[in-house]
Amino acid sequence: MEKSYIVKQISIFSENRPGRLAAIAGALRDAGINIFAFSIAEANGFGVVRALVDRPEDAHRTLTDLGFRVSFTDVIGVKMRDEPGGLSDIAAVLGDAEINIEYAYAYSGKDGAVLILRVDQVEDAVRQILGRGGELLKASLSR
Amino acid sequence: METIRPDDLADLQLKRLKWSLHQAQKVGLYQRKFKEAGVSPDDIRTLDDVQKLPFTHKQELRAGYPFGLFAVPLKEIVRIHTTSGTTGKPTVVGYTRQDLENWSELIARNMSMIGLGEDDIFQNAVNYGLFTGGLGFHYGAERIGMTVIPSATGNTRRQIEMIEDFGVTAIHCTPSYALHIAEVAESMGKTLDSLKTGIFGAEPWSESMRTELERRLGVKAYDSYGLSEMYGPGVAFECPECNGLHLWHDCYLAEIIDPETGERLAPGERGELVITPLVKEALPLVRYRTGDVTRLMDDGCVCGRGQKIERITGRSDDMLVIRGINVFPSQIEHVLRALPEVGEQFIVYIDRVKHLDEMTIEVEMSRAGFSGELQELARMQKGIAGELHNTLGLRTAVKLVEQGSLPRFEGKAKRVIDRRGAI
Repeated sequence: MEKSYIVKQISIFSENRPGRLAAIAGALRDAGINIFAFSIAEANGFGVVRALVDRPEDAHRTLTDLGFRVSFTDVIGVKMRDEPGGLSDIAAVLGDAEINIEYAYAYSGKDGAVLILRVDQVEDAVRQILGRGGELLKASLSR
Repeated sequence: METIRPDDLADLQLKRLKWSLHQAQKVGLYQRKFKEAGVSPDDIRTLDDVQKLPFTHKQELRAGYPFGLFAVPLKEIVRIHTTSGTTGKPTVVGYTRQDLENWSELIARNMSMIGLGEDDIFQNAVNYGLFTGGLGFHYGAERIGMTVIPSATGNTRRQIEMIEDFGVTAIHCTPSYALHIAEVAESMGKTLDSLKTGIFGAEPWSESMRTELERRLGVKAYDSYGLSEMYGPGVAFECPECNGLHLWHDCYLAEIIDPETGERLAPGERGELVITPLVKEALPLVRYRTGDVTRLMDDGCVCGRGQKIERITGRSDDMLVIRGINVFPSQIEHVLRALPEVGEQFIVYIDRVKHLDEMTIEVEMSRAGFSGELQELARMQKGIAGELHNTLGLRTAVKLVEQGSLPRFEGKAKRVIDRRGAI
């Protein structure tokens, strides 16, 4: 049951220099793949582009064929009230359950705000959030 | 010995050459090589006969790792140093008590030649470990009664304080480190007035570097040449004329060859220096290919000492000298190829930042290497740098780059780009 809420994020290795995001985004555009959300994490001279897309398998293959280093990462997407306290509610649930957030990013779309989380115990996080009345993105949203 | 008459020198060289070849005959490698070349030590009756003997290449020293080339039992070896091999394992050099004696004597000879002695305070600012420059100069300087400060490398401000507080008159270090010391001293407002003599070696340096070092450190700068396979520093050294280095012909038989054909070149022509050491007990070598490019200078020196070699102008192979440490591109390749996270391509850049050499290695990651996690990448970067440090003894900056971003080569790959200007 928990598994159906585990979303496949694609993580792409990228050098930290102009034009790299354009190359990745352009490749996904050409393949007709839609990006729901993305973030860039940067370290010393390089970064990892993280994205939720509508067709992760296709995105993985497309980018890999172009020579990018790509991998899947399990994340969850938690629907968030788009008003004060929305983030606090979710963070408190995970904090109480001793689940650590490794990184997170969020988007606010037409169906409301979503917090995307990479946590250390993903199935446990799904149970805790559902158990406390939270709502999660279904993995099937992305085919 | 320094001003020995040419006839006497030739007699001495021949006598010592014969001894040295018999010493080499105790080593399996030379028994094989002499046999293959159809020559025996007894065939060598004149100095010119040395051309009948086969060359020794650095790779052959590696094949004997660790002690296979020693001509004496290990119990007679009192010290070991190592130097970088062309791949993988280092080259091991060993010394008997007599070897250390000989070596100290040569260093002492060099230092006396430039007027150093018991009134001098000597700061030896080079690596004191397996690198031969540290202990080599240390014992040579003690032998002539200098007050020796084994300061080693690092902590430049402390080095400068010592020069000032102890009234150091002579310093030994790499030329690039000397320039760094000059720069830091200037920023500290120190003029280092006591310094008179600078001995610089372990990496090639130019006449314009000499001018700069002499001006900024207030020293007279001397070039020192040697290699671990020939004990270490002390093979050749500049006299106060500073026009070529006196090679110590009583201990080293020098030839200049064409590195391609192996033919001996005409007097005065520039080529690869080949040395047969004449007094080495533990590690006798025969016609050792140094890889260093120079020429034997014809004109005598006003000081009356023996024939000089020109300052080293380059290498006949692809060896690099980085912060005084010898590095072969093949060593870097060997390390990287053994790591599964490293992809097909890599490029090594060498730059000089504030007078110090920096090596940056750009590495493409293999497909399997990428887990998607940022921390994993940072760990990988550190891991690769650690492996390189283990093998090269050198700190490097590793940069992970995207697949496909490094140039591909048709034919011979150029994986090392040296962006340092001449120093």
